[in-house]
Amino acid sequence: MQGTTTDEYQTNSPQEVEAAAEHEEHEDYRMFGVVLFLIAESFIFLGMFVAFVIYRSVVPVWPPEGTPELELLLPGINTIILVSSSFVMHRGQSAIKNNDTSGLRVWFAITAVMGAIFLAGQLYEYSNLEFGLTTNLFTSSFFVLTGFHGLHVTVGLLLIFFVLIRSQQPGHYSSESYFGVEASELYWHFVDVVWVILFGLVYLL
Amino acid sequence: MTTQTEVSTGAQPPEPEVEKQRTWRDYFTFNTDHKVIGIQYLVTSFIFYLIGGALAGVMRTELATPNPNFVQPEFYNRLFTMHGTIMIFLWIIPAGAGFANYLIPLMIGAKDMAFPRLNAVAFWIIPIGGLLLLGSFFVGAPQAGWTSYPPLSLLTGKAGEELWILSVLLLGTSSILGAINFVTTIWKMRVPSMGWNDMPLLCWSMLATSGLILIGTPVLAAAMILLSFDLIVGTTFFNPTGGGDPIVYQHMFWFYSHPAVYIMILPFFGIISEVLPVHARKPIFAYRAIAYSNLAISFLGLLVWAHHMFTSGTPGWLRMFFMATTMLIAVPTGIKVFSWCATLWGGKISLNSSMLFGMGFISAFLIGGLSGVMVASVPFDIHVHDTYFIVAHLHYVLFGGSVLGLFAGIYHWFPKMTGHMLNETWGRIHFALTFIGLNLTFLPMHELGLLGMNRRIALYDAEFQLLNLVCTAGSYLLAVSTIPFLVNAIWSWIRGRQASGNPWKALTLEWQTSSPPAIENFDEEPVLWSGPYDYGIDVLSADSEESVEELLSEVQADVR
Ligand SMILES: [Cu+2]
Repeated sequence: MQGTTTDEYQTNSPQEVEAAAEHEEHEDYRMFGVVLFLIAESFIFLGMFVAFVIYRSVVPVWPPEGTPELELLLPGINTIILVSSSFVMHRGQSAIKNNDTSGLRVWFAITAVMGAIFLAGQLYEYSNLEFGLTTNLFTSSFFVLTGFHGLHVTVGLLLIFFVLIRSQQPGHYSSESYFGVEASELYWHFVDVVWVILFGLVYLL
Repeated sequence: MTTQTEVSTGAQPPEPEVEKQRTWRDYFTFNTDHKVIGIQYLVTSFIFYLIGGALAGVMRTELATPNPNFVQPEFYNRLFTMHGTIMIFLWIIPAGAGFANYLIPLMIGAKDMAFPRLNAVAFWIIPIGGLLLLGSFFVGAPQAGWTSYPPLSLLTGKAGEELWILSVLLLGTSSILGAINFVTTIWKMRVPSMGWNDMPLLCWSMLATSGLILIGTPVLAAAMILLSFDLIVGTTFFNPTGGGDPIVYQHMFWFYSHPAVYIMILPFFGIISEVLPVHARKPIFAYRAIAYSNLAISFLGLLVWAHHMFTSGTPGWLRMFFMATTMLIAVPTGIKVFSWCATLWGGKISLNSSMLFGMGFISAFLIGGLSGVMVASVPFDIHVHDTYFIVAHLHYVLFGGSVLGLFAGIYHWFPKMTGHMLNETWGRIHFALTFIGLNLTFLPMHELGLLGMNRRIALYDAEFQLLNLVCTAGSYLLAVSTIPFLVNAIWSWIRGRQASGNPWKALTLEWQTSSPPAIENFDEEPVLWSGPYDYGIDVLSADSEESVEELLSEVQADVR
């Protein structure tokens, strides 16, 4: 044991060791950091959700009089698409754990398409609504909540694209090192869970 | 056993013979060394302290006379808004982060923070946010106070208010990124032999602080986003004219901003817990009580926010709940104060600048803490709400607490950070001026508040003038008090007496390396040979005759 460590070390030139030391000398704590970041993110949404719930319970007529009914069919389909995309994406991570880069690419590409359909569906819904951002308190909340979530879906899509581009380099992701895959997937699940709560609050309640 | 040690030392890359040295230019670049970043934080925030202090000086000059004759009342509004925002978001919070950045990796024996690049990003957001905030003076600075309550904040000028919001969002982001780094570093990167209960207490308090930042700051961000929509687009989330509810803003704002009080004081609780045992040569009293009370404060701190809203039509039962939790939080805080006093009790106290500021901290913070319990009580709070009593209370906590703690830390770690000793005489003069100035400025404000003088207003009844003159005189003294410090710090940094690796004979790990530390902190992984505060205890008495002093000199010989 001791011999191998020393040998490995001696074969590297001091410069190489130093360069490596600057980056990656301790364990990889990046996922831990991502989890902390998502905890913080969840409190932004929590703040907005709580505000929404307070409005709902304080304002005498909710939604305020004259607010058109929300169509449920399209957002319902959208919800199913987004939730299933999480499962699709997870297969990508399973693939890379078996060193299957092409599998990772296929599953992530499908996830990206599903995410794009979700966003397109949301934009289509926006364009067919009979109210605007400033019509009343409900419509403002509707647009800000769904819009802020949509922004997160967009960021998630960018992360997936990023992973897809990175995966073109041979050996960038392997069963040993797949931080980008894991992080983007966790982020996507997070966005997914937020949507389920949002859908329940805004559309169903 | 032997194999293991050999492997671990063998895996260390050898230090190149020509050691890289820091030059002054490094401090103006995007540098990822936590020590550079720590000093960048401290110096930047100190500059903002001077700016915020100058604004306060103008305010006190205006308040020397009952009539607004020095500045326009409208400009006075801008002054106190900017003063509060700068002191909170650009001085105390980043200064605490600066200490933590500099010290935590050293204290736990790590080479750097967990995410050095993220760390540098978090720092560089601060000057950007600060310049944005100061830039609002060119478009009409915000006038709605640091609380920025709507609907007032929606009516007093869009451009300045929006710049304020953007700046707060940026500074909040920086704070969150910093917190991610602190938690990961403390959680994961301690030297293997350092268990949770061997950590220096600053680590505990930064853990608690970071938890509050991660939970509270995002809610403030949510409030800022909604406020922006109201301000720019004309939604009515917080605007009663369109059916919105300003109380929702208050809840969201204080859900962050009460914990922010702890974000601003907990790091300095940590600093005091480091400073006192070293200069009293005694173990800290009740390590675990101090460590865990941080967590208790953090948890309770999330449940007290509406005590800022006793006059906002909050229902009675809710007031009782928040009154009870607020009074409860005095318990863990009291545990700390008693533990610090017990640490000093019977110690071999050396009354140097650091210790003086430490004792000043305890006494001034105690006054702020006691008046805090007073205003926690609903009937009393309704009486003094929005008066100078509150101003007095918060300044005893934030100036008497945080700022005195901060200076205690600076006098304590300046030799470590710069490799030079500060001048003691000037340090003591600095302390005397600060402490007298502080009490002269803020003590009379209690009385002014009880007499009914409203805060945040440029003019006041002539009967309050005498006390106001005293406050103004005190504030000038505070302004003067920074001069000996500035001169001392700059002069000592350049040509102060050389500091050894461990001038205070302290036990925490940052003193095991040279002053200033090498670029990667330790030449070899440091060894924990005692608890962080085992002063006056013969730690190895069982199997060795060596005293702590001898051990220390050994370590010093190792280092230099
Ligand atoms: Cu509070």
